[in-house]
Amino acid sequence: MTAPSSDSQPAAATPVPEAPHAAGTKKRLGIGAWLCMGWLGLMIVIAVIGPWLGLDTSSNFELKGQPPFWNGHILGGDGLGRDLFNQIILATRASIFVSFSAIIIGTVVGGFLGLISGYFRNRFAGALGSVFDILLAYPPIVLALTLVSVFASDPSGSGFQREMVVIISLAIVSVPILARITRANTLVWADREFVHAAEAMGASKWRILFREILPNVVPAMLAFSMLGIAVAIVAEAALSVLAVGLKADTPSWGNIISTGRDDLASSPNIVFSAVAVLFLTVLSLNYLGDVIRAHFDVKEAAL
Amino acid sequence: MRKLVTRLGRLVLVVIVVTFLTQLLTEFVPGSLDQILAPFSTPAQTKAIRADLHLDDNVVVRYGRWLGDFVQGDLGKRYTGAQSSIPVGPEVRRALPVSLEIMVWAQLVALVIAIPLGVVAAYRQGRWLDRIISSSAFAFLALPSFCLALILSYYLGAQLKLFPSVVTRIPGWSEGIWTHLKVLVIPVISLALGQAAVYLRLLRSDLLSTLQQDFIAVAKAKGLTPRRILWRHALRPSSLTLLTVVGLQTGALIGGAIVVEVIFGIPGMGTLIQYAITKRQYIELQSEVAIVAIVFVVVNFAADYLYSVLDPRIRT
Amino acid sequence: MTTTTPEAAVPNPPGSTPLLEVRDLVTHFRSPRGLVQAVNGVSFSLQRGRTLGIVGESGSGKSVLSRSIMGLNPRSTSIRSGQVVFEGRDISDLDDSAFRELWGKQMSMVFQDPMTSLNPVMRVGRQITESLRHHLDMDRDQAKQTAIELLRAVRIPEPERRLRAYPHEMSGGMRQRVVIAIALACGPKLLMADEPTTALDVTVQAQVLDLLDEQRRDRFMGMILVTHDLGVVANHADEIAVMYAGRIVEKAPTSVLFHHMKMPYTQALLRAIPRIEMPSHTRLDAIGGRPPDLVNPPAGCAFSPRCPYAQERCFVDAPALQVDPADPSHSFACHFPLESPDQVPPAKPMEVA
Repeated sequence: MTAPSSDSQPAAATPVPEAPHAAGTKKRLGIGAWLCMGWLGLMIVIAVIGPWLGLDTSSNFELKGQPPFWNGHILGGDGLGRDLFNQIILATRASIFVSFSAIIIGTVVGGFLGLISGYFRNRFAGALGSVFDILLAYPPIVLALTLVSVFASDPSGSGFQREMVVIISLAIVSVPILARITRANTLVWADREFVHAAEAMGASKWRILFREILPNVVPAMLAFSMLGIAVAIVAEAALSVLAVGLKADTPSWGNIISTGRDDLASSPNIVFSAVAVLFLTVLSLNYLGDVIRAHFDVKEAAL
Repeated sequence: MRKLVTRLGRLVLVVIVVTFLTQLLTEFVPGSLDQILAPFSTPAQTKAIRADLHLDDNVVVRYGRWLGDFVQGDLGKRYTGAQSSIPVGPEVRRALPVSLEIMVWAQLVALVIAIPLGVVAAYRQGRWLDRIISSSAFAFLALPSFCLALILSYYLGAQLKLFPSVVTRIPGWSEGIWTHLKVLVIPVISLALGQAAVYLRLLRSDLLSTLQQDFIAVAKAKGLTPRRILWRHALRPSSLTLLTVVGLQTGALIGGAIVVEVIFGIPGMGTLIQYAITKRQYIELQSEVAIVAIVFVVVNFAADYLYSVLDPRIRT
Repeated sequence: MTTTTPEAAVPNPPGSTPLLEVRDLVTHFRSPRGLVQAVNGVSFSLQRGRTLGIVGESGSGKSVLSRSIMGLNPRSTSIRSGQVVFEGRDISDLDDSAFRELWGKQMSMVFQDPMTSLNPVMRVGRQITESLRHHLDMDRDQAKQTAIELLRAVRIPEPERRLRAYPHEMSGGMRQRVVIAIALACGPKLLMADEPTTALDVTVQAQVLDLLDEQRRDRFMGMILVTHDLGVVANHADEIAVMYAGRIVEKAPTSVLFHHMKMPYTQALLRAIPRIEMPSHTRLDAIGGRPPDLVNPPAGCAFSPRCPYAQERCFVDAPALQVDPADPSHSFACHFPLESPDQVPPAKPMEVA
């Protein structure tokens, strides 16, 4: 009910009002949603406390490339003979930090620009709209690659600097996408009666935008931010595989996958463990994004 | 016809903005471009490079020059040393067809998987078959193509030795169709499954809403078989939506293809771009980004245009 | 285009097997809120060549009834009982594949909204010819010729050219004519028209109704005309059944009904006939109150909460459909029918817009 469907007539008197409608009934969260939230919560906790656990990261020649459960090492050893389980725990920090930060920045900036361009009907708003459209014509990964390679061109920079570069780059890539989604939703809400009513009562435009429209657009923004974080996690890994991501000595899921490639044939557990963690995290985020969309009846219309 | 011209104009505009943006970005690179392109060059060599690339002109002038060269097919050069350089044009001409072929195959395989499964899932909505199909699609959505590529290259390549897990050279068609296709199997499948998941989910939900439409009830009341209703009446309007999404998804596909190419060492655009980035060849990068953007924009344009041709409601 | 099936060749003597006989038909839907009692024991019969009008507000179960007779309701969520006898054959327990032999060929349906009942991306010609080719095994040319004749029969000018048109290139009235042509294509014996004119302009409504009437006569079909508008059936039905809350509450030949109306509900419907100046989708809330909740129907007479004549008995004791002692063709379900001595004048004036 949030978006006008493109080609159907406005709901004319339904011929069979007695027929049951399945939609709008499942307002309770299913077990899947709780599992996903549990997994994400676990990842966030690990990301926060992981570096403070004092995990053993020493290299042990014998452990190098060993399979899971070798000598009490649950996931075996990585290519440098470190405990793989500990590495993945430690890597969680960078992967979660980078992706969440990037999308939080992207959502705030993109959301703000989207709200403005969707609500104000002036030249600036129109121009903003077409800027998003043009930026969207840039294949996202290519833009991310270019940005990272330009900003991170100083090879002597620290690991933290590089993290910032990746965060900013991914945030920039996400801005037009999130802005456009916010804009589409804002357009829908800006035309509602209560907004017109508020306008007629002389409320200021900004007040209407933040008090009347924003709360209604938040579910859509939230849902797409979830998907955005998932995409950012994948993007971080992809950049690492392309050797332009986080510095190789910063543990991240992407870096584990990237370096583990060399030992794929002999010890696939390295790549597969990181892929599994990444997969479950992305799956959870996608699922929660879907749940939010279904819950608040967010439509992807007008995208 | 007029619409077509406007759209073509827009297409050109988008390509110009995208490439200019890339040029502008390279301005932010710390350090001087001549040192970056060809490190360790002597002052004299540096001077020659600066003159050659007109680095002392301002951005707009240099962009105009690059654009002029680009439309004439000169994609700039890659510095392999202080004095040596090779033209990028021939490299791109070799790499582009490889990438395009992989992407076309991936889209075809994705559609071949997605359409029948999406139709079946919509038809059996809520039954176990739909649940299996829909949840697998959801899972594949969360598995990035390069991860799938690694998994497949371990099992099908390293373990079973069915397909090569490194593809540094693509045998021509003349060496036998299977010899040619064999090396592409894993890359194409890894790219296709994620796309298929997107298409399948879209098609299923679109079909479900189409199946609620009155004209489907009319078709049913005509006494047509479910198979005919599904394929002739429901799929047709839904396939138009699918077409647009196939165009839009090309962006994601390009991203996946770049990483997958690098993983397998396939000599395509992805590998070229990665090389340009790691070797900091920004002029080469700019041309290659332009090519990729053009492909992307053209595909979207074509999908849009096809949509307007195929949908009788828009066509006038 | 006349069908020459063996049964049709032998004309039915009056009083023999009716074309359609519905006996105590019940259709309930499972819904998240509970069981929706959409159709609750409906019986009637229809002869070939006759028109039965089924009238009721939206939510009275009339559309579900027509779909239920045709077996078009989703099997998974609906519960049915009772019998539907078509040409002497009980079709209430047929599955979809058996029904497919009947749909289009023996019975067909004209739906409410011509804007949505044609496939927007298929040429009109294809939509007519596909059932001809499917049911009657016609070849391409035969089917095309038949389609042209059909379009001519439903008064569409330049039928040859129209075959190649898409639905959006036609007006609403034209589209409804196409929908009728599709329904008529295979020579059905029973035509269901579910609110066939509700979505149309007032000026076009009469034309479409006349067309349906004419086709019913020419093809000797039985027709069920479902509508919320008593005015529509007044001129186009031989007999009228008024539905409320899933039941028939009054049934009589048209002239009898209008002259000796028994049910207060029918009277209310009559007073609520939409006037020309009202938009075509105006809900009939001219009758005070809302249609009853079909999940928890009121005890007693379902109309009692809204009935100006309701007395104490009406709220506890549901009246059965009874035959008027004065006229065996007229039946109604009311304890205190209009014109009866027991009736007390309305306590509150009837809320009429």
